[in-house]
Amino acid sequence: MKRKLVLVGNGMAGVRTLEELLKLAPDMYDITVFGAEPYGNYNRILLSPVLAGEKTVDDIMLNDLRWYADNGITLHTGKTVEQINRARREVVATDGTTASYDCLLLATGSNPFIIPVPGHQLPGVITFRDIHDVNFMLDAAKTHKSAVVIGGGLLGLEAAYGLQKLGMDVTVVHLLDTLMERQLDKPSADLLRRSLEGRGLKFLMQAQTESILGDDHVTAVRFKDGSEIPADLVVMAVGIRPNFALAKQAGLHCERGIVVNDTMQTYDPRIYAVGECVQHRGIAYGLVAPLFEQGKVCANHLAHLGYARYEGSVTSTKLKVTGIDLFSAGDFNGDATSEDIIYKDPGAGIYKKLVIKDNRITGAVLYGDTIDGSWYFDLMRNETDISDIREDLLFGQSHLGDSGHGEDRIAAMADSAEICGCNGVCKGTIVNAITANGLFTLEDVRAHTKASASCGSCTGLVEQLLASTLGSDYSQTPKKKSMCGCTDFTHDEVRKAITDNGLKTIPVATEFLEWRTPDGCHQCRPALNFYLLCAWPGEYQDDSRSRFINERVHANIQKDGTYSVVPRIWGGVTNPAELRAIADVAEKYNVPTVKITGGQRIDLLGVKKEDLPKMWGDLSKAGFVSGHAYGKSLRTVKTCVGSEWCRFGTQDSTTMGIKMERMTWGSWTPHKFKMAVSGCPRNCAEATIKDLGVVAVDSGWELHVGGNGGVKVRATDLLCKVETMEQVLEYTAAFMQLYREEARYLDRTAPWIERVGLSYVKQRIVEDAAGRMQLAGRFHESQKTAQVDPWAERAEGIDRDEFMPMKKVG
Amino acid sequence: MTDWFEIGAMTDIPRLGSRVVRTALGDIAVFRTATDKVFALTDKCPHKGGPLSQGIVYGERVACPLHNWVIQLDTGEAVAPDKGCAHRYPVKVEDGKVFLKLRGTVVNIADYAAAAQA
Repeated sequence: MKRKLVLVGNGMAGVRTLEELLKLAPDMYDITVFGAEPYGNYNRILLSPVLAGEKTVDDIMLNDLRWYADNGITLHTGKTVEQINRARREVVATDGTTASYDCLLLATGSNPFIIPVPGHQLPGVITFRDIHDVNFMLDAAKTHKSAVVIGGGLLGLEAAYGLQKLGMDVTVVHLLDTLMERQLDKPSADLLRRSLEGRGLKFLMQAQTESILGDDHVTAVRFKDGSEIPADLVVMAVGIRPNFALAKQAGLHCERGIVVNDTMQTYDPRIYAVGECVQHRGIAYGLVAPLFEQGKVCANHLAHLGYARYEGSVTSTKLKVTGIDLFSAGDFNGDATSEDIIYKDPGAGIYKKLVIKDNRITGAVLYGDTIDGSWYFDLMRNETDISDIREDLLFGQSHLGDSGHGEDRIAAMADSAEICGCNGVCKGTIVNAITANGLFTLEDVRAHTKASASCGSCTGLVEQLLASTLGSDYSQTPKKKSMCGCTDFTHDEVRKAITDNGLKTIPVATEFLEWRTPDGCHQCRPALNFYLLCAWPGEYQDDSRSRFINERVHANIQKDGTYSVVPRIWGGVTNPAELRAIADVAEKYNVPTVKITGGQRIDLLGVKKEDLPKMWGDLSKAGFVSGHAYGKSLRTVKTCVGSEWCRFGTQDSTTMGIKMERMTWGSWTPHKFKMAVSGCPRNCAEATIKDLGVVAVDSGWELHVGGNGGVKVRATDLLCKVETMEQVLEYTAAFMQLYREEARYLDRTAPWIERVGLSYVKQRIVEDAAGRMQLAGRFHESQKTAQVDPWAERAEGIDRDEFMPMKKVG
Repeated sequence: MTDWFEIGAMTDIPRLGSRVVRTALGDIAVFRTATDKVFALTDKCPHKGGPLSQGIVYGERVACPLHNWVIQLDTGEAVAPDKGCAHRYPVKVEDGKVFLKLRGTVVNIADYAAAAQA
């Protein structure tokens, strides 16, 4: 028999938990839901745009009544649960409806706090919390003129902005001298206030409300200093309090909220709680973002998986006022032991402040330019050591290179402005998709619109759009990001499990780690294949079915289904005989396009799949091996002519490049890996935008790492300087092996180094000589079995079926 | 004459893989899952015509190699939120041999047009 699950509270936290549970264990429970409001589940954080007339109630429904029916969920709307009988495991609603449970989930949310001043119960005094409040305000705006909003926090400002857009004359009353003091410091709050005043809002700061005046309807608000302002509508937006009356009455331990453990269980292990009603590790979250993480963990436990833990959330905030860009996260005020880095340009309306403690970002406030909000937030949550990038930190991530996308002020952009250049997705399309489909995460937006799903360079813009559309608390990519939908484990956890537990094949690994799918997916299988290959060199049998097509057939698939072939030309140095052989092959197989690549190779494009093995056979006879232009592998080593010919050359860069390429070819890496060697600091081989670039100087060789010339141009960081060619080779092998062993699959060296910090890489490669030799040793060990030319093997008949049609019919 | 063509042994198709059958109507991709189920679809992704036979197969799905659309092998439908459908061909396995039904199946107009141009 199915177990019975009862959910009390039909809001975002509870229903999100049910959705997660249905994904994990669709048939485990009979589910009953009680909701006090007469609706399905709607997106509460979009109430402000409804008030501002930018959306309708229908726009913000997340789960309509049909969703409950389709999932076999019994829904009681408009029924408030007034009692939990824990002994009988039963809940009772005010109308007498009862439901018994095996597990109970409390998601009772929070209540708006009402200041108990005289007159607070007068008609015309309202809070800003649900659809009822919004409808009330919409009606009030039709017949009334002046509104007073008590509370200059996030919610109060959003309410004020909405009412003002509806044509009301609005005054915001705030107890302190800083608006949104939970999110902003004084300078940014002043900028915000000035901007809102420019839109016609009035502010009364440091004003303490004494009473609300009126006989049968509110007429004015009076303050402690005796002054009064007229009001037909008073909105109380001074904060929320977790709603735990029901839990408390049932004898569950409550403090400021319902106290839960890391699996979201209350003191009665059959009773779970999530969302704004809970207190976890001393914190009650008043924002929506943490509940997604809580819901996931709770569902995991309800489904008897029990390996997920909620360890608290770091939250960030955005204001949903059209045209205002504002971001805040963490401890933005700092204390005696922290330092501030500040950028201030009041004329342009820009203010940025980062709070730094022990070389880590602990808080951030951004006003006017928030493009880097999610980057700072990531650095903060990952506790990344920022000492290496400190000087450039305030200028943003794009300053570490050039993002290549000029526009970065999202609020000012028109709906028709193109955000994603790869897939041609404009701002309006993304905003519509977010609201119409109830999207919360970057992944959601990618799936629905394809924006930022290709090269990813507009990810920051899309995250900003999500934040400005969802406002205060969209669900940022969680800190602990699972590998794919097949598992909740992260890349790092999977890797560790593979080495720690001696997992040696994909089926063994996915079974050990309890994958949810029988044979993984197109995202996890290639990653697993690489991790196994890297962990067990020579022993692991490469799984061609888990390779992306290009790596499976050792050529690059083109848009028409033909392939391109790039023979390896060591260090970019060739000769007439080789060129003649390539020309002959191109003619023999009617190659339509012959192109010189950016990496100093020759690309033969438009080759039919069946022709590949024969063509490789011919190239093989002429002495060529695969150029691996198709793989997450060592690509090319680009060189300049160096001291052999160049009048400026200081070292023999071509010989160096050829030695490096001979040593590293055939190795598989987390993403493609490019190198270059320049013979002097003029750097004609463009070594400083490579994964590893070598620049010769008179006294030796400079080694530069982490460059990228693609999606996001990023110049390398200097790793160190060495004296001899042998040292260049040793450091190269060690660096590649560190990247192979520690970067996540599909991380280029640039983001990997930005995550772990250059200092860490220096410590492993430069300072720890013994460790460097061990890394280089493991690289060479792995190369023993990796340096087999895949083209020659296939020309001789390996994987023959792969290249031939199964049958020709008719 | 029968409409079913024998196209080879099931073991000619790798598990979690696909082979192509060349026909006058264009290429047909024949897939074999981990559990030895066999499916046949036109070798064209409904998105931009990518060769589905070259994609990664998992469960009863294939990911198109060009832009990672995921196509359901039993229905030919793209997995939501993407929308589109690759034409299905009836296929059966008898005594380890795979048979594909070509005549009498409804073929979509685009396939005809492509075949006429080829």
